[in-house]
Amino acid sequence: MEQIPLIDLQHISYSYAGQSGEGAPTTLALNDVSLQVQQGEYLVLLGHNGSGKSTLARHCNALLLPTGGRALIAGHDSAERLNWRAIRDTVGMIFQNPDNQIIATVVEDDVAWALTVRGLPANVIEERVTWAMQAVGIERLRGLPPNKLSGGQRQRLAIASVLALRPQCIIADEATAQLDPLSRQDIVALLHQLNSDFGLTIIQVTHLLEEAALAQRIVVMEQGKIVMEGTPVQVFADLERLRALKLAIPEPIALAARLRNAGFRISEQALTVETIARELLN
Amino acid sequence: MKDPIISTRDLTYIYQAKNAGPLQKIALADITLQIERGSCVAIIGVTGSGKSTLVQHFNGLLHPTAGSVIVDGIEVGSKGVDSIALRRRAGMLFQFPEAQLFERTVYADVAFGPKRMKLRRKEIRSRVLRALDAVGLPHAEFARRNPFELSGGQKRRAALAGVLAMSPSILILDEPTVGLDADGREEFYTYLKRIKETQGVTVVLVSHDMAEVATLADWLFVLHNGRLVMQGEPRSVFAQGETLRTWGLAAPPLNELLALLRKGGITLPDEIYTLEDAFDSLLQSRKLSGRG
Repeated sequence: MEQIPLIDLQHISYSYAGQSGEGAPTTLALNDVSLQVQQGEYLVLLGHNGSGKSTLARHCNALLLPTGGRALIAGHDSAERLNWRAIRDTVGMIFQNPDNQIIATVVEDDVAWALTVRGLPANVIEERVTWAMQAVGIERLRGLPPNKLSGGQRQRLAIASVLALRPQCIIADEATAQLDPLSRQDIVALLHQLNSDFGLTIIQVTHLLEEAALAQRIVVMEQGKIVMEGTPVQVFADLERLRALKLAIPEPIALAARLRNAGFRISEQALTVETIARELLN
Repeated sequence: MKDPIISTRDLTYIYQAKNAGPLQKIALADITLQIERGSCVAIIGVTGSGKSTLVQHFNGLLHPTAGSVIVDGIEVGSKGVDSIALRRRAGMLFQFPEAQLFERTVYADVAFGPKRMKLRRKEIRSRVLRALDAVGLPHAEFARRNPFELSGGQKRRAALAGVLAMSPSILILDEPTVGLDADGREEFYTYLKRIKETQGVTVVLVSHDMAEVATLADWLFVLHNGRLVMQGEPRSVFAQGETLRTWGLAAPPLNELLALLRKGGITLPDEIYTLEDAFDSLLQSRKLSGRG
């Protein structure tokens, strides 16, 4: 029997009303999109700016409500106001700029904040805060003010604060866009680790193909619709299509494809610098 | 160097220098560098390495605590320097410049700087129209638009037009494409390249991403903890992949791949800059090794 999906978006449409002034035609940011995300999955939502990927992600925790269709999160319909708390406890979200969601003046207070608001007993809060900080590797920074942290560390803090609520899913919406390349790789590695260690469902929203290579499934959006879907190997098999969708092909992957066409023995599974190098050296 | 437009000598900058104590922070230490007129250089380093502090000396926003900075013949921080003249010579585009758009039309926004320069109306108009065209926002289509209704990439270019309209001889861009997607970035750099070629302006780019500036910059300065730790042409800097990693930086992915292949015993020439070169070299090396 098929598992009930954690997130079940059924024929969702969404339009940002009135943004272009009166009389302007309303454009559909999402146009009849259906998507199921299973418990424990690592999904990457790809697309260029304005493709609708962030709008879609925001329907997964009731930050936006569909103008057509319906969104079920752990069985809760997001159209029902009374379900919002349960939905947001199930699906947490982190954004491009961690500073927008860091509010306390000390790292551990920030991680504890949402738990305190919910009135949990002190010993439970302490236990969860410590666990969340350990899970993202900022335990030794617990007494510092957040402004002493690097960009990558602040993004880890934002993740810890969401993690402390014990959600089943975290959505990372362009969470690496402001980071330098190494910190970017660190955050993506952390999301993968949370996925494998705790079975946390991850939805990673990005415009960077190189961040999608290790996902279980990739969904590519364009003009408010899903236009490609599959495993990384399936999606990366059509580089021309990805280029046409205005996504930059990582050079090592483009090189591997050209070498394969020229008769080099290099498999389609090789999608990272390390695996491509290993296969070429064999 | 024949004709440096910017040169610094033992430039040191300490935040909170006056009230000494635990709050003192040495942001820059003994930086000596020269930037050739008409060139495009990139200043590379992780967050907190001092790159923004450095370029803020180039238009006199900051004055050196010790050492000297000379920009187009003007010594920054010396008494009697006309700092307004300096800022007109060295135009700066800050991070997230779209936050600085404020007028009701794109035209008015770009015209703000030239108006403050008290130029004649005709001159202002011609500068604004030229600047808009140069950044790929044709004036016929964009001049009367509301800047807040532009896309993210267009807003950045509108902000760039505002700096260009002041006709600076140096263009300083602090992380100009952070947060833009691949398309927006490519567009931005296409126009920047054209501006550099047609207007002969010196470009100083600040970035934490070397892959991004690789095609544009002809010289890189690498900063780490407020010190200038490496400089050179992009290819010679990218060849130092391991050293760069210790400073929290990564060479472009293609260079990383080539470094792994060389380490694994494949002989490849040092001079590989593009995917095309890499492909040809690998074909060549396969023929030599007699495989395939």
